[in-house]
Amino acid sequence: MTALAARLVQAAMVAVLIGIATFVMMRSLPGDAAWRIAAGRYGYDNVDAAAADAVRAELGLGGPVLPALLQWFGDLLRLDFGNSLVTGQPVMEEIAHQLGASVSLALVAVVLSLLIGPPLGILAGLRPGGVLDRALLVVSTGLKAVPQFLMALVLIVVIAVQMRWLPAAGHGELRHFVLPALTLALGLAAVNARIARDAMARIAGMPFWSFAQWKGLSERQVLFRHGLRNISVPLLTYLGLQFVTLVEGVIIVESIFGWPGIGHALVHAIFSRDVPMVQGTALVLGLGFVLVNAAIDFAVRRIDPRQAT
Amino acid sequence: MSALDIHAAPRRGLPWSRVIGSVLLLMVAALAALGSLVVPGDPFAQSLAKALSGPEPAAPLGYDHLGRSIYHRLVHALRLSPLIALAAVATAGAAGLILGSLAAARGGWIDRALVMLADALLALPGLLLVLIVLAMMPGTAVGFWAGLSLVLWVEFFRLTRAATRETLASPAVQASRLLGFGPAYVFRIHVWPEIAPMMLTAAAFGTATAIMAIAALGFVYVGMRAPAPELGLMMVELLPYWREAPMALLSPVIATFVLLLGLTLLAGSREQ
Repeated sequence: MTALAARLVQAAMVAVLIGIATFVMMRSLPGDAAWRIAAGRYGYDNVDAAAADAVRAELGLGGPVLPALLQWFGDLLRLDFGNSLVTGQPVMEEIAHQLGASVSLALVAVVLSLLIGPPLGILAGLRPGGVLDRALLVVSTGLKAVPQFLMALVLIVVIAVQMRWLPAAGHGELRHFVLPALTLALGLAAVNARIARDAMARIAGMPFWSFAQWKGLSERQVLFRHGLRNISVPLLTYLGLQFVTLVEGVIIVESIFGWPGIGHALVHAIFSRDVPMVQGTALVLGLGFVLVNAAIDFAVRRIDPRQAT
Repeated sequence: MSALDIHAAPRRGLPWSRVIGSVLLLMVAALAALGSLVVPGDPFAQSLAKALSGPEPAAPLGYDHLGRSIYHRLVHALRLSPLIALAAVATAGAAGLILGSLAAARGGWIDRALVMLADALLALPGLLLVLIVLAMMPGTAVGFWAGLSLVLWVEFFRLTRAATRETLASPAVQASRLLGFGPAYVFRIHVWPEIAPMMLTAAAFGTATAIMAIAALGFVYVGMRAPAPELGLMMVELLPYWREAPMALLSPVIATFVLLLGLTLLAGSREQ
């Protein structure tokens, strides 16, 4: 219960922080926000002072600070995120539209990383110091030093441009998933594998493990009955913390591969000064982190009831 | 987490990994510091007749699509983002250290408020914060410094607070206090030796994160602006010409990889 309360406090703080940050952003952006927004709406060649003044009057960009801040938080409390300043559509509709694309990409990446990383990590952890263990250490250290955009660059150049196996950009078909998801998955798997390996090596050194082997269980049975559940706890906790890294990766990877998701939208919103969109997307991402971690707290407690006491 | 774990964490990586990491970083630093002394040149000077041509004595790595020496652009790029990263890490480290020890020493509502702020920042993707600060700040380099400091201080704060709380509760600190020593003495003698080794790991990770962020945003055209020589920006500018001049694209790629690998190895293992 206290864990749940802590997560609620965290969620509230996230909302307040984003509210303040986006309000300050709206007020303090260099340049005239009205001109920027008008340019975003009508194109840079069609903006004149009349259009900018119309935007200023419509959005109430002039005026005193304090009432504006109170109104800002009032809207936030009523979950009224307003309309996108550029497209004029309600922010929530836009986000709901983009969130699906991002979530499906992120899920495919996480599943892919779980298929690559932990099995290798478990095999390495069963024989610490063996050939596989040392090779895995070298490969995962190397992969950790490759930022996601560099991984994307290498994959595009090698697989899409040179071999012509897969499209470099696009959205809608299954084959469009492969490169962006693989980019994200390899980075996650590099660390996943190390976590699984360390957990496996620790558990394989415990007395209950030797006892299970000694009483005559096969390797397979020992691993499935006594190993996997113990390994899944650090792995899940780590996945929750990795959510932020995943989101950052999604922002970059979507921009590179032209994926019509929330990260792509966020970058565009920030640069066209579309503050309601920034606030909406940031809020969805921040609260998403809190929600995912709350779910993981709960799952870990179910897997390992000892922690509840 | 006991004090023992904290000490064990940095040592867990293979013993030679830190040596290799330091050597790689020294190589990159030497190139950045001495590169333009060895082969003098201008990273902005264009000679379009030489666009995408191969290496020659005045430009050891050839020319890019606008006929600028890639070697000199690389040397300048290797100064730019590491300097911003180090400045951000220094600011974030100082802020994290001060606020972390303050929270641990005072406790009460200061502690709770700071932890709440840190937890909320932890829930937001760092790149998002950096982008928002970048949009507000007048200069790109200053924006990166401010944004990255805002993102990175949380890690230093959490480490400092956890270790300081534990140390302050130890009998050794109690004895010091009973003998009448002040907070400055307690910090210098008891707390700092505990957190110093962790600070190195956190600083190396923070620098790597910062360099990655600058390069990643440059790569998607929302970071440093052309014609500034920056690692990510160089890569994305040279990507269309990679068939004609593969070495031109590979130079910033390899330099970035070596820099980040060096920092990762120097940091050692962070995962528990």
